[in-house]
Amino acid sequence: MARFHADVHIELKPLVNDPAGLVIRDALRHIGFEGVAGVRAGKYLSLELQAHDRVDAEARVAEMCRKLLANPVIEDFRFEVRETAPAESIPA
Amino acid sequence: MARFGIVVFPGTWSDRDSYNAVHDQLGQDARYIWHKEHDLQGVDCVILPGGFSYGDHLRCGAVAALSPVMAEVVEFAARGGLVIGICNGFQVLCEAHLLPGALMRNRTMEFRCQPATLRVENPDTAFTRGTGRGTLLRVPVSHGEGNYFADAETLRGLEGSGRVVFRYVDATGDATAESNPNGSLNNIAGILNQSGNVLGMMPHPERASEHLLGSADGLVIFRSIVDSAARVLAG
Repeated sequence: MARFHADVHIELKPLVNDPAGLVIRDALRHIGFEGVAGVRAGKYLSLELQAHDRVDAEARVAEMCRKLLANPVIEDFRFEVRETAPAESIPA
Repeated sequence: MARFGIVVFPGTWSDRDSYNAVHDQLGQDARYIWHKEHDLQGVDCVILPGGFSYGDHLRCGAVAALSPVMAEVVEFAARGGLVIGICNGFQVLCEAHLLPGALMRNRTMEFRCQPATLRVENPDTAFTRGTGRGTLLRVPVSHGEGNYFADAETLRGLEGSGRVVFRYVDATGDATAESNPNGSLNNIAGILNQSGNVLGMMPHPERASEHLLGSADGLVIFRSIVDSAARVLAG
């Protein structure tokens, strides 16, 4: 097993209203950033995991997103995976 | 006598109020069911009470939906068992896919704890058979994330099949923007699943269960459940 790091981004689907984003947009305008047309608030999760290889790591993270990390009714997810320690460097 | 199972997650806070409503006020059998249990103890109705299960981390109800007891609740519901999810319990039911849609942050971004007026949209359910169409119930809301959302097709399906059970209305019974405490689509306060045995609602009927609390309007929902359970036994 090798070690991987995953950056997971979860964002509301475009059609879903985002009260938090609207408040942040208004606050930005209030302090002078008039040009801010829209803000969407999402979540960022940083995961450390073990997997056989990159394909396996990506499959695991996608499954985590589908089962728990994102709600498919209202949210979309995307992620990037990078290897942080190759298999041969980790004692079995 | 009906037997109620009140599920308790870490962070549940309306379990005692639910017990008071069904046991102390209505004299029914009631028991607490810890979230790690796998045995629903032969109950007629499962209550998923309000609170902040597992701290509501990630999303409200998301972690609770995957807890051991919920596997049993899903199976119980599939067999036609009565399930009522109140507030956080409604959020858990949506996360567990027993009800469609999702509960988003209130439009105002505020936690709202206030009396609300509900209009019964469908009195022909296991949870509202003691009411009439258009009956108004005074029941409090207490939540930060009760803003009901569903995609247009799901919403049409709910509206077209009598599955919107309660709507937020003003004192005269009109579903106005002002009477909507959280921004829910179509002022939706409570919905039913397709087979009619799972209800989710954001307002707290258990906190309107005796006059001491300012309203006893919520009791009719639990009385309806008792009546429905008796009909199942008789049937």
